[in-house]
Amino acid sequence: MSTGSGLALYDVTVRHHGPLGPITAVDGVSLDVPQGTTVGLVGESGSGKSTLARAVVGLAPLCAGRITVSGREYGGRRVADRRRLGQQVQLVFQDPDTALDPRMTVRQSLAESAGAFVRLDRRSRDQRIGGLLDLVGLDTGCADRLPRQLSGGQRQRVAVARALAVDPAVLIADEVTSALDVSVRAALLTMLRDLQRRMGFAMLFISHDLAAVRHVSDAVAVMYLGRIVEIAAAESLLSGPRHPYTRTLLSAVPSLHAGRRPAGEPLLAGEVPDPAAPPAGCRFHPRCPVGPDRHPGRDVCAVRDPQREATGRPHRAACHFPYGTDDRPPEARHVPPDGDGDRTPRTPEDLPS
Amino acid sequence: MGVITLVMLGSLVVLAVAGAVLWGQQAGRADPSAVLRAPTTGHPLGTDRLGRDLLARLLAATWPSLLPAVAATLLGAAAGITLGALTAVVDGRAARLLGALITLLLAFPALLVAMFLAALFGAGTGGAVCALAVACAPGFARITQTLAAQVAGTDFMAAARVLGLRRHRLLLRHVLPHIAEPLMLNTTVAAGSSLVALSGLSFLGLGTQPPSYDWGLLLSQGLDRVYTEPLPAVAPGIAIVYAAVAFQLLGEMLAGAAARQARPHPVDEPVAHPEPVAHLVRTDRPASVDHVLEVADLRVALPTADGVVRPVRGVTLALRRGEMVGLVGESGSGKSLTALAIADLLPDGARATWGRHRFLGTDTESLSGKERRRQLATGMAMVFQNPASAFNPSLRIGTQLTEAVRAHRGTPRAEAVEQALAQLRRVALPGGRRLLRSRPFQLSGGQRQRVAIASASMMRPGLIIADEPTTALDVTVQRQIMDLLRRIRRDDGTAILFISHDIALVADACDRVLVMYGGTIVESLPAPELAAGARHPYTRMLVASVPDLAAERDHPLHSIEGGPPDPSGAAPGCPFHDRCPHRLDRCAVESPVLSPLGPGHEVACWQPPAAAPSHGRRENEEAQK
Repeated sequence: MSTGSGLALYDVTVRHHGPLGPITAVDGVSLDVPQGTTVGLVGESGSGKSTLARAVVGLAPLCAGRITVSGREYGGRRVADRRRLGQQVQLVFQDPDTALDPRMTVRQSLAESAGAFVRLDRRSRDQRIGGLLDLVGLDTGCADRLPRQLSGGQRQRVAVARALAVDPAVLIADEVTSALDVSVRAALLTMLRDLQRRMGFAMLFISHDLAAVRHVSDAVAVMYLGRIVEIAAAESLLSGPRHPYTRTLLSAVPSLHAGRRPAGEPLLAGEVPDPAAPPAGCRFHPRCPVGPDRHPGRDVCAVRDPQREATGRPHRAACHFPYGTDDRPPEARHVPPDGDGDRTPRTPEDLPS
Repeated sequence: MGVITLVMLGSLVVLAVAGAVLWGQQAGRADPSAVLRAPTTGHPLGTDRLGRDLLARLLAATWPSLLPAVAATLLGAAAGITLGALTAVVDGRAARLLGALITLLLAFPALLVAMFLAALFGAGTGGAVCALAVACAPGFARITQTLAAQVAGTDFMAAARVLGLRRHRLLLRHVLPHIAEPLMLNTTVAAGSSLVALSGLSFLGLGTQPPSYDWGLLLSQGLDRVYTEPLPAVAPGIAIVYAAVAFQLLGEMLAGAAARQARPHPVDEPVAHPEPVAHLVRTDRPASVDHVLEVADLRVALPTADGVVRPVRGVTLALRRGEMVGLVGESGSGKSLTALAIADLLPDGARATWGRHRFLGTDTESLSGKERRRQLATGMAMVFQNPASAFNPSLRIGTQLTEAVRAHRGTPRAEAVEQALAQLRRVALPGGRRLLRSRPFQLSGGQRQRVAIASASMMRPGLIIADEPTTALDVTVQRQIMDLLRRIRRDDGTAILFISHDIALVADACDRVLVMYGGTIVESLPAPELAAGARHPYTRMLVASVPDLAAERDHPLHSIEGGPPDPSGAAPGCPFHDRCPHRLDRCAVESPVLSPLGPGHEVACWQPPAAAPSHGRRENEEAQK
C-alpha cells in the first residue's frame, strides 16, 4: 500500500501502562500519507488519535508495527535515532499557550529549531528566521517578543514555523485549531494548505472538527477505540459515509444553516467502552445503531472483527453491514422546527441509557 | 521588612569581611592574668580560659562561621539540583531509578547523616562541610524533581524532544530556567539551616577544631560555665540566630518580589462611564414582567498586571421565561465576564456597575447582600466549561447534588435524594443510587457534564447560565448535552443563557443570538437569521469564517484581518472600526448604539450593510425551502 514517499504506518500498536494493566491505545493501525497530501484523522477523545501522533514522532514507544518516512524506517530509542527522526517528522501541538517555551523569544525558539540539525552562522540564522516568519505570515517585528505578548493565532503560527524550520518531510498537526477562535482558525487552515502546496510535505491533520478536516484533507480516516473504522477520499467519506460510527459523528456536527439538523439519526447509545477491555468482535457493536442490539440476527458483529475484510478498496469501512454508497448522507435531510423551536422530534424513550 | 533584611545582611557581610582584620589579633591574644573573667567594660563578654577577649573572638568568628555554611549549602544544592533535574531528561527506566534513589536518601534524617559522615570524614571544618552538603542534597533533589516534572510534562518540552535536542541542552535551556526562581529561594533558606546545623556539629565537637573557632565552638565553650556566667554562651547563640534569621528574611524577600511581579494592580480609580447618555435611553424602558433577567449597561473593570482593563463596556440584555439565548463571541470579547457578573461570581478585584439589574422581577440593587445571594442561589444555576473541575473531587455526587436544596429549601435528606434521582433519570444517567454514591473522577466527561446539568436544574431555577458547556466534549456528547438543555428549557420553562464561541452550535440550538465584540453586544437577532440575515459586519465575517460541512469545499474561508480591540477600552468609536471593511469616518469617533432594525433584530452599526451577501445566497435559498 505504500507509495514509497511520505509517511506510512504498518500495523502500528501502542500500549500505555495504565493503573489497571496495559491499555492498547492504538491497535494495529495502517495508514499511508503520500508526499504532498493531507490525511485527516478524526475521532473522539480516547480514540487514540493523539497517541498515534506521539508514536509517529517518537514520543510514545511502538509496541508493534513499523513506521516509515520516505521509505526509510525510523526506530530505536537512542538520542541519535530520535534526531534522525526529528529531521523528518515534526509535530504541531494543540495548545499554542504551552507549546512555546514562555521564557524564550520567538527568535530564540526558531533559532533553536533551525539550528538543531545544521550549523548556522549569525547572518544565515537571522535570514532563516526572517524567512520562517514570512512563511507563516508574521511580521519580523514579532521576533523579539515573548509568547505571552502574542495572540493565540500568532503563537500557533510561530509553532508551525518552528516545526517547519527543520524542513520536515512529514508534518503532524494535532488539533492545531481547536484552541483558536473561529476567525483565526480559518486563516490558519488556509495557511497550512498553502504551505503544503509550496513545501510539499505530507501532513497528518488530527482533529475532532470535521468541517476543518474536510477543508484541508485529501483523505480522511476515522478512528474509534484505537482502530481505523473507515478511510476514504475526503469527499467520498464525508458525503457518503459507510460506517455507522462515521454517520453518527457526521450527524452530530452542528450547522450554521438552520433547519439542516438531522432527525431520526440515532444518537450513540451508552459511553465509550473502557479501552483496557474493548468489546470483542467489532469494537463499535454495543453502541451501533445498525448492530446486533437493534437488529437481531446480526450476531456476527459481536464475534468477528470486520477489520480484516476491509482492506484493498479505495473506500474502506470496517463494518459487516456498511451503508451503501447510494444512501443519502445524513446532513441533507430537512426537519422543520416544532412549536417550541425544537427540532428534535425524539421522545424521552429514545434517549440513550 | 526589606530594609531590615538588607541592614541585617549588610552587617553580616561587613562583619565577615572586616571581623578577622579588625579583631583577629585581639581574639588570638592570650592574657594569663585575666582568665575566665566575668563581663567588664574592658571585656564586654568576659574572657575565656586562656584570657582571650570573647567579644573579639565572636566578631572574628563571623567569617569562619558563615563561609562553611554557605559552602555546604551551595555544594549540596549543586549536587541535589543536578540529581533532581536529571530525572526530567533521562528516559523512563533511568528516571525511575533516580527517583527511587532520591526517595531512599530522603528516608534518612539529614542531621543524623551529617553527624555520621562528619565522624567518618574526620572532625574538622572540611569534613563537616562535606557531611552537611551530602546531608542536604536529597532535599534539593526532591524539590528539583517535583519542579522539573512539571516542566517535563509540558508541550514545549515535548516539542524540544521532537527536535532531537541533546540532554544537556534540554536541561540548561528549558528545564533549569523555569525552576530557577523557587530553587534560589530554597537555597537561601537552606543556608540559614546549614548555619545552625554546622554550629551544632561544632558544638558537638564534630566540626571546627581548636585552635580554630566558630560560633558553635564558642557556644560549646561558653556552656561549661553557663550557670555562673550566662553571657559567654548566650552571645554566640544570638549571633547564630541573627544570621539564620537574616537568611530566612532574604528568602522571604525574594519570594515576595517574585510574587509581586505576577500580582495585578488593584482598581483604585472609580469606574468611569464615558458615554452614559446613549445607554440611559435604553435603561428607561419599562420593565417587562415576562423577563427573567434584565441587565442594562453592565460594565466590568478588571485589574491586571498591565493596568486596568474594561472587558465589558455597557452590555444590555434581557431573557424571557423559557427562552434560550446564545451569547457568541471570541476570546476576550467579554462574554464569560458578563455571565460571571450576572451570577455575582466575578474574580477578586473586579468591579461591576449596572444601569439596571433585575432578576426574577426584583431589582437586585435593592436587596441586601444576604438576600441577593439567596436569590441567586435559588433562582440561578451555572454550568461551567470544564466538567472535570466543576465538582469537588473528594465529595460524593449525591452530596453535591443535594446540598443546594437542603441548604436553601430545608428539604429533608431522603426527599432530596429522591429529587436527585429524578433529575438523574431526566438527564438519562443510569445507575441511580449507585451513581449518587460515586465520586466525580469515576465518571466520564460527558457524564459529569450531565450531572452538572442535573445539579443545575435541582432547584428548578428561573435561569441557567451555561458557559461553554460543550467545548471540552466530543461532538456526539455535545449533541446529548444540547438536547438535555433544550429539554429542561421546555419542561421547566427555564431561561438559558448559552455562552459559546461556536457560532454554528449557537445557531443550531438557540432562539436568539447575541453577538459580542470588544465588550459590547454588536448584534441581536433570531438564530435562524444568523446564517444569511446578519447585518453587522463583524457577525457577517464571523459567519463567513466558519468551515461548514454543507458548503463548497473549495470555497475559500474568510478570516478577519487585524487584532482584537484594545482591552483598556480607552479608544473612542466603534470597537470594530479598524477591522471593518465598511467603516465610515464617523465610526472612529462615535460608538454606535444597539438600535432596532427589524422584528427581534438589533444592530450596533452606523450603516449596516444590506442583508444576504453574495456568498450567503445559496444558504439563504436553502433555508427558505
